[in-house]
Amino acid sequence: METSAAPTIAFFTAFKSSDFLFLGEAALRTLLISVIAISSGSLFGLIFGWILAEFNRYMTSILSLILDLFRSVPLIIQLILFYNFFPIIGLPLSPFVAGTIVLIIYTASLVAQVARSGIEATPLPMRRASRSLGMTYFQDIRYVVFPIGLRAVLPAWTGVALGVLKDSALVSVLGYVELLRASQILVTRTQEPFIIFAVVGGFYFMLSYPIARITDRLEKRWQYD
Amino acid sequence: MIEIKNVRKSFGELEVLKGIDLTVEQGEVISIIGASGSGKSTLLYCVNGLEPIQGGQILVDGIDVHEKTTDLNKLRQKIGMVFQQYNAFPHLTTLENVALAPKIVLGKSKAEAQEIAKAQLEHVGLGDKFDVYPSRMSGGQQQRLAIARALAMEPRYMLFDEVTSALDPELVGEVLDTMRLLSDAGMTMVVVTHEIGFARDVSDRVAYVHEGLIEEIGSPSQVISNPKSAHAKRFLSNVI
Repeated sequence: METSAAPTIAFFTAFKSSDFLFLGEAALRTLLISVIAISSGSLFGLIFGWILAEFNRYMTSILSLILDLFRSVPLIIQLILFYNFFPIIGLPLSPFVAGTIVLIIYTASLVAQVARSGIEATPLPMRRASRSLGMTYFQDIRYVVFPIGLRAVLPAWTGVALGVLKDSALVSVLGYVELLRASQILVTRTQEPFIIFAVVGGFYFMLSYPIARITDRLEKRWQYD
Repeated sequence: MIEIKNVRKSFGELEVLKGIDLTVEQGEVISIIGASGSGKSTLLYCVNGLEPIQGGQILVDGIDVHEKTTDLNKLRQKIGMVFQQYNAFPHLTTLENVALAPKIVLGKSKAEAQEIAKAQLEHVGLGDKFDVYPSRMSGGQQQRLAIARALAMEPRYMLFDEVTSALDPELVGEVLDTMRLLSDAGMTMVVVTHEIGFARDVSDRVAYVHEGLIEEIGSPSQVISNPKSAHAKRFLSNVI
């Protein structure tokens, strides 16, 4: 005897292959926001790190305090405060713009300390040696301090970069549909968190792995002892 | 010619140079000896403007080193300096270490700079080490590299700051030999050293510095073999 099918409304639908496309697109958004944050944040961080390392204590103490603030306050709180602050002053920002700006500042605050220690990796006597050869301050920085520092702190910088890539997931709280947000949408629809989070984890891995490999290779190429 | 006139230098409260007068003629080798902390090294740093002075004047070929308008980077091109720590650039090969400054400071082409570097490295006996990184070399080799690097700028003067002090005893000889070659070639040299034997053999004049002042200066036979001041006598009897 056949059981009569009760009329149901399809609240939930299964994971489809087209959902991969949806996730892929979200992965590109994660990549976009991360690439912008890591590249601009590293550039600003480098400048801040240079100021921390080379300028006198009075000038650096204020900068140092501000950077500590951004390093210490949880990113999610910074995102929410920043995103909600601008509408108050009549300048609403899109989740993407707000998220990117906060991630850039956050990255810069982390990279600043990495850059500072990189610059300090070249001992003062060696810098005097390069100046004694007639190099200008910026030639010393460009040809001696920067390459030595870069080699010294590349692993630490890689750690920051990979961290920011994963922390970019927090921008989802502003409603920006990046990888994590996309996965939550799919989980709600399919009720299959296990499959979806496994796939999303795979996407994050695919984004992170090249960074780790490239820096690993650079590190090997630059080995000089 | 290097003219040092009544130079005074302090680090905070501590006065290290208390009125130094010294003239170094072209082609002359002067050794500066004295106890640690007497201000010998500081004097060298002042000569090429790595340290500011608080009084007096230093002229190199008539140019006032500490005048605000002096282009120190340009002036330093003719004053080579070698340090106690070898300070070889660790991320560059031996050849790159020596070729760097001719390329970026003097604006030579890469090929020219490398030719200069090769010649200087061969001159100091490192002709077989072009592609080696400094970390693979002994202290003596690194110090000779530092000498070659300074010479690649074709300086008129060479300042040596206790260049053998950090070396194992068996490596001192090779560095001193390189310096002898230089002095034989007529280089003007100011050598701060604890190697009294070297100072006696190679110098035209020896200056004994005591607590920031030149207490005695003259020929090696006079200052080293027959010192007049009581401090110099005591210092020399301790080090020889």
